[in-house]
Amino acid sequence: MESLVYIALFSPFVGSLFAGLLFGNAPRNAITGWVASALIFVTFLASATLAYHVATVGAIHIQMMDWITAGDLSIPFGFLVDQISVTMMVVVSLVSTIVHVYATGYMDHDRSYNRFFSYLSAFVFAMMILIMSDNFVGLFIGWEGVGVCSWLLVGFWYHKADRPFEENPSISPSWAANEAFIMNRVADLGMLVGIFLIYWNIGSLQYDVVFEAMPQLADGILVSIAIALFIGAMGKSAQFPLHTWLTDAMEGPTPVSALIHAATMVTAGVFLVIRANPLYALDAVSGVSMFIAALGTFVAFYAATMALIARDIKRIVALSTLSQLGYMFAAAGLGAYWIALFHLAAHAFFKALLFLGAGNVMHAMDDELDIFKMGGLKTAMRGSYIYMGIASVALAGLPVFAGFYSKDAIIETAFNEGTFIIWGMLVITAGMTAFYSFRQVFFSFHGEKRYEALGFHPHDMYKYVLIAMAPLALLAISFGWFMGYYKEFIYGLNETVQYEMSDHTHHLAIYLGALVIAFALTGIFIAWKKYAGKGEKAWKRNEKFENSFVYKLLANQYYVPKFYDEFIVQPYTIMSAKFWELDKKLVDGSVDKLGRACVKIGDTSRGMQNGNLSSYLNWMGVGALLLVLVAVLSSITPEGIVDVLRAVTGKGE
Amino acid sequence: MLEIGVNHYLILSGLLFSIGFMGVLRRKNLLMLFFATEVMLNAVNIAFTAIGNYYGDLSGQMFAFFVIAVAASEVAVGLGLLIVLYKKYGSVDLDVIASMKG
Repeated sequence: MESLVYIALFSPFVGSLFAGLLFGNAPRNAITGWVASALIFVTFLASATLAYHVATVGAIHIQMMDWITAGDLSIPFGFLVDQISVTMMVVVSLVSTIVHVYATGYMDHDRSYNRFFSYLSAFVFAMMILIMSDNFVGLFIGWEGVGVCSWLLVGFWYHKADRPFEENPSISPSWAANEAFIMNRVADLGMLVGIFLIYWNIGSLQYDVVFEAMPQLADGILVSIAIALFIGAMGKSAQFPLHTWLTDAMEGPTPVSALIHAATMVTAGVFLVIRANPLYALDAVSGVSMFIAALGTFVAFYAATMALIARDIKRIVALSTLSQLGYMFAAAGLGAYWIALFHLAAHAFFKALLFLGAGNVMHAMDDELDIFKMGGLKTAMRGSYIYMGIASVALAGLPVFAGFYSKDAIIETAFNEGTFIIWGMLVITAGMTAFYSFRQVFFSFHGEKRYEALGFHPHDMYKYVLIAMAPLALLAISFGWFMGYYKEFIYGLNETVQYEMSDHTHHLAIYLGALVIAFALTGIFIAWKKYAGKGEKAWKRNEKFENSFVYKLLANQYYVPKFYDEFIVQPYTIMSAKFWELDKKLVDGSVDKLGRACVKIGDTSRGMQNGNLSSYLNWMGVGALLLVLVAVLSSITPEGIVDVLRAVTGKGE
Repeated sequence: MLEIGVNHYLILSGLLFSIGFMGVLRRKNLLMLFFATEVMLNAVNIAFTAIGNYYGDLSGQMFAFFVIAVAASEVAVGLGLLIVLYKKYGSVDLDVIASMKG
């Protein structure tokens, strides 16, 4: 089993090196895509086998080697494959495999094809380290690794020029990449502080040691650790107020958005909270957990409102990702860790499918993102239409589909905990989710073929790509059916991860579910009524509505990006310019002065070297006198002075 | 009548040394420089013998002999070089034979 762990971990790395080292400078070569995909598939097979092993035998904890040993600090390079990590491993490797195959088709005409696969596999490797590490440092390394890969991949088309802020979508890939990276740096500081606090108070960073020692710590320390770690999670999972980077990250290629900014990396924050469930389940940090749930609910609602009017197909999906991440945090904050993890997995499947479908649409429409320019694509792109439909139904949470089970469980949890405000907001959000996801589907696939007038000739993706997407579609439909098995599986982990509804909730479950479904169906129905029909009414942009305050508020993302720009970015730019001036004068200036002084001294003292022996002798004499002077001066002591004074005055003989 | 003690010898030695030192600094003629160094060496010799006598220790005088021996050989080598220099430049003036320019 040990070797399987290593295979699961390192085969993406091999794929990355293969594409990067052997074909880094080579022209586009299809073999890189296929080798990378195959190696990720190997990871998937290994992960699936490990999952079976964990279910039947138990968790695997191995130590590869000593990694950092300095004084009392000892951090081994160890891996933990238990119920939580193996779930993530399977999800990540499965979605990655499909996205890799998808990318072989999607990036077919890109001149940096090899580079793309090198980055994409490196991302999977970093993600695997993040998931599998048995200590916080390994987690942090993976955390930073996925951050770097995300930066590389969002900015993959770095050569694209900046566009003005007002234009839809945002500004440029390199700008978005930097935004994502910098915003995550802010959050990572919080996480580092959390890790330092843990080490300081416990003296170890191994999960098992840390979680065992935690109940003995003082409440204040526990709360600080919980807050600090959650700040890290907020950055990676794009929770308010660090959420703006996620929608801008859509500047990257669509497979990247599907893999990193929907299915895997952004869920790392949720994973961290679930991983640290023994901490967040403690009574001492119940306030923090409640805050997590409240913030998650807020983000779920907040993102869904923005998605209602978004026009950019990828942005809609990104906002729905944000919203679903909010759901996961709500569940995790309320203590239903396994439900959060289950929703994470279900979400990964249908959201990746949705994104890849959106990628197909974009590809067909020559990278046009505005859904107002599409319409009636269902005849031209039947396969993508079906996939998008399935994913949207799953996202909306209609019965039988995956989202129904996982999302409904979260809403039920909110009810069960008696937090009715959270429950109410989540139910309303579920309605909005159904509305905006079907708004997008109807806009792009139903109605008139508006694209014809604009001169597009859409065609569906390669056949093999569509076939490769089938597993995701199957899972988006059926994943919820395995909820009972999954519960049994993860209950083997520990007690804090277990969560049961009370009998009272159990009795009401049917009505609660029916309410959510009613909201979802209403959303879909409104979307159908408004956007699915033919004629101008369905797609004509309403000037009056678009000038209203609410629309402007939503379209500008509640002016949060503007606020950041005005109050953080611009002052910072001005400050940097000022500091640069200061730096030039003070730091550069002093170094330059020193250099110039040396030159000047050298130039002046050069005169001594005049070749005249007599003047050399004079300098030597001066030197000798100076030495004598130094010797005399350094031998003077207070007692000596007194002695000399006595000798001179002739007293005290 | 003033008794001539070790202090007087040392003062004489200091004066001679200063004269020699000034000679080394001020003279331009290489031959004169040699003379000046000889004066300095002998000033030191006086100090050695005087102090040796003062302490009743012979090693001061022994050291003076060594100095004389070394000075003699130094002059022998130095004068040889001086003659070569004179042949090359036609002068033993330091201002004339300066060849390096800083």
